[in-house]
Formats: sequence, structure tokens, C-alpha cells
Amino acid sequence: MEKTKTRKFDTKIQHLKYKVLREVAKLAWEDRLMEEITDIPEKIVPGPQATMRCCVYKERAILSKRVKLATGGDKENPNVIEVITIACDECPMGGFEVTDACRGCLAHRCEDVCKFGAITFDSHQKAHIDKSKCKECGACAKVCPFSAITDHKRPCQNACKVKAISMDENKAAYINNDKCIACGACVYQCPFGAISDKSFILDAISLLKEAEKNQAMKVYAVVAPTISSQFTYAKLGQVVTGIKALGFHTVVEAALGADMVAAAESKELAEKGFLTSSCCPAFVTFIKQNFPDLLPFVSHNLSPMAMISKYIKDTDENAKIVFIGPCTAKKAEVQLDSVAPYVDVALTFEELQALFDSREIDISELSEGVLDNASYFGRIFARCGGLSDAVAQGLKEQGLADFELKPVSCDGIEACRVALLKKSKKLLDANFIEGMACTGGCIGGAGCLTHGAKDKNEVDRYGLEAYEKTITSAISVLKNG
Amino acid sequence: MVKVTVCIGSSCHIKGSKQIVESLETMIHRHGVQDEVDLSGTFCMGKCTEGVSVMVDEVLYSVTPASVEAFFQTKILEKINKGDI
Repeated sequence: MEKTKTRKFDTKIQHLKYKVLREVAKLAWEDRLMEEITDIPEKIVPGPQATMRCCVYKERAILSKRVKLATGGDKENPNVIEVITIACDECPMGGFEVTDACRGCLAHRCEDVCKFGAITFDSHQKAHIDKSKCKECGACAKVCPFSAITDHKRPCQNACKVKAISMDENKAAYINNDKCIACGACVYQCPFGAISDKSFILDAISLLKEAEKNQAMKVYAVVAPTISSQFTYAKLGQVVTGIKALGFHTVVEAALGADMVAAAESKELAEKGFLTSSCCPAFVTFIKQNFPDLLPFVSHNLSPMAMISKYIKDTDENAKIVFIGPCTAKKAEVQLDSVAPYVDVALTFEELQALFDSREIDISELSEGVLDNASYFGRIFARCGGLSDAVAQGLKEQGLADFELKPVSCDGIEACRVALLKKSKKLLDANFIEGMACTGGCIGGAGCLTHGAKDKNEVDRYGLEAYEKTITSAISVLKNG
Repeated sequence: MVKVTVCIGSSCHIKGSKQIVESLETMIHRHGVQDEVDLSGTFCMGKCTEGVSVMVDEVLYSVTPASVEAFFQTKILEKINKGDI
């Protein structure tokens, strides 16, 4: 059996994307990309039978777009998330519709609950929705005893809680860059893989190749704590060894940056009296776009990724940093002027898997390396609630326990929106908003290989295994920067 | 100025790089040589199996929390006293 078949991906779309990334990476390592890039689609879809679309030619045409995304995507488009227009299946988006499950009952709860008079009945008592009156509130769907009214929404639009996705003139998905927060929810949810994050895997490979030639240059991998719930077919220590085998100088936990953030953010909170977190770049972008008045309340600290990367660059002038995490929005964050000097490339776990396999590194056969700098609290940033726990601990450790912390932990951008709206209307009974755009926190990130129910437990376990038990002890060693 | 860099990468960290940094800081203060020692940390010096790695100027040593005091005396303090800097 082909080795890659044992890999764990949630969906076949992820697997397809991975195959493209792997081929691109393989050619890049061997300096053959320029010559052979156009052969990749045929390599992945040899034909003659189509396996996914109407014909192999369409499959290959879409694959060539995926190759483009794997090599950095459209340079004209500033967004790190892009639509592959020809891959969009133009899913129906009729909104609320009555299905055949309507039994033509006599109660007519749907009609009673509709405030807009949009429901009528035919001679068989079957309900119909007048689209010109329907406001898509969904009240009728909720009260139907047969669940006969369903919402025909495109999965991408359903996933996009910031309403950045609409339809272009040809009915293909279209992303409004002014609204998009690059969280990647649509990337993960589109069943046709028609929306994807741009990959900067080539930038990472060229850094690693350069470091191979230039002994002074060191490429550091900064890994997000979510890594503990990924690569489930191997041990975390083996993942660390694998990353080093790719040519990275060493692997550093972003969670140590999280410890630094927790210490700084708890102080900042005690001083200012109210704060929102700034770790999640999609959450911060959301505030910029929708609640500009609340911007002064966003923590002024760098994100954990940027914080630890800055420390590394301060101590090693020859350092280059590649962040590896679950997040597509980090790809946008590293382009910000405030972060770009510290982090050179942001990759996802999907891309790390492709990198391993492009070098035929089977991490399950490697010895176990060590990854241990951060505390329990830095590590649990990866899941919803962890950041608030860490800030509570930070207050305690710094003698600021008199400050009464009232956190609200929001996962998913809708929950974030509710808390921010309440704050803007002065109705929020909390003094700290922990905002994470992804459901469950970073463990729900679009760049994760798997999104499992056990992921939170894995993160907690990884947290408990930390050698350092407090934030102060984890960061004490960094004072001599 | 003697440049002392302690490895705080994961392998060295669990072998006690933090205690070594703390001990070195204490001894630097005790001997009043703050102005002559530039103590810093770095992630990984590539000698993970021999850690804790400590670099004094361009020379790499392997130090343990038990040997740090003697190490400070012979490799750092003597260097300062000799004016070999």
C-alpha cells in the first residue's frame, strides 16, 4: 500500500491538496520545479478515466490551479484565501425551501410563526414559501414537526460567519476581501475544494536550502501547541525529529511565546481594566473591520508566534523563522508590518505533512526528539478557554490577584461578535474577551490535518506534561535576551 | 567582556539550563562582575546529547547544574582575572 494512504486527513479534499503540495515540494527540493511544474496535474490524475469531475481534462485544469495556489497563488490578490473559480460546483443556494417531507398537516405552525406572511398552502395543505416575502429568518424551519423546511445554503456561505462570500455573475463563489478574516472556515468546509489557502511552502524550502549552503544561517521552526493533537500516527517527539530532518536548526514552542504573552497581557489587563486578546489574527482583523471603536482595547502584545520569533531573532541575528500551525490567518498575520520582521514564513500542518513526504521522511520510524520549554498555561492556548486560564494564572503569579478577572471565552467568530457587540453597547459583564475565530480554538483551525473530538484532551495532556509548571518559571530563563 | 551563551533549547532545558542560568546570574552578582560578563540564552547549539551546552566566547562546554559552580570559577572568573578578554 502506498504510504500516503495511511495518513490521516479529515477529507479527500485535504488529501488532494496535500498531493499537490507534496509534488510541488518534491520538485522544489530537486530544483526541477521550473521544468516539470506543468507535469504535476497529469501525474496526479493519470487518466484516462475521470475520478472526480466530468473528465480528466477538467480535473487537470483544476489541478493546475491548485499547483498555482501551492506555489503562492495570485500575486495580485492580497488575500491569502482564494477561490478556484472553475472548481466551484455552483451549489444551489435557494435559501429556505419546503421539501417533500411536508406532510400537509393541519396545524400550520409554519404559517403562524412567519412574521412576513411568506407561507401559503396548496390544495393538499402543503406549504410553499413566497421568496419575495421570505426574510430567511428560519423560524418556520424550527417549528415544523417533520423538519420539512430546510435551508439550502452553500457550505462556503454557511461556514463564513463574517458574510464575506457571495456569488459572482456566473454563480461561482466570490470572496469580498474587505470582509474576509482569512480564518479558512470556507477552505475546510467547501466539499469541492474550490476555496483554498495560498501556500508559501516554496519560501520555506528555499530558506532551508539556503541554510544548507550557508552554515551561519539557521532556520528555526516555531510550532503551535495544536501540534500535540496532530500527526496522530506518530509521537510528538518523532514529529520534532522529523522537522529537524527537513533541515531546521531546531524546534521551538510557540507556547513559550504564549507564556510571554500571558505574563504581559495579565499586567496590561490589570492596568487598563478591560482587554481583548490579540493572539488570533482572524479575531483581530474582525475587530478592525467591524468594531473599530474597540481597537484601543485590543491587547497591544504581539501574538505568541510573533513574540517568541522576536525573541529568537533578538538572540540570533542569523535566524530565519518558519511558523508551523493550524492556521490560515497566520499567513496573513506574517505579512503585517508589525510581524513581518520576525516571522519569515507561515505554514500549516497540512503543509508540514507534505514537506515530510516530499523528502520521504516517515516520522513514525524516527527516534523521539524533545520539545519542552513552555508551561502548561502556554500550551493550553491552543484550545478555547486556555488563554483565559493563563491570564488568570499570570495575574496570580505577578501578585495581581486583587484584580478580579471576569473572562468570556469565545470560540467561533459568531460568539466573538456577540461579546464584542455587547461590549460596544456597554452590556458586557466581563473585563476580558478571549477571542478565537475557530470553533474550539486553534484546534479547530483550517490547517489542521484532523479535527477530532479528542483534540482538546490531547492539548490538555500535552499541557500537563510540560516540565515547567508556571508561566514565571517558563519565561524566567528568557530574561537574558 | 566575556560572552557567555547558555543553550535553552528543549533538550538542554530539561537537563537544567534554567538552573544554570540562575546559578551563573547569582555568581556573577556575588563576584561583582556584571560589567564583564554578557550572559544570554539561545535555542539549540546542536549538541543536544551533551547538554547543557554553554558557550564561553567561541568555546563550547558541557555543563550540569552540579558542575556549574566549578565551571564558573575555572572558565569564566579565571578568564576575567587573567585579563584574558
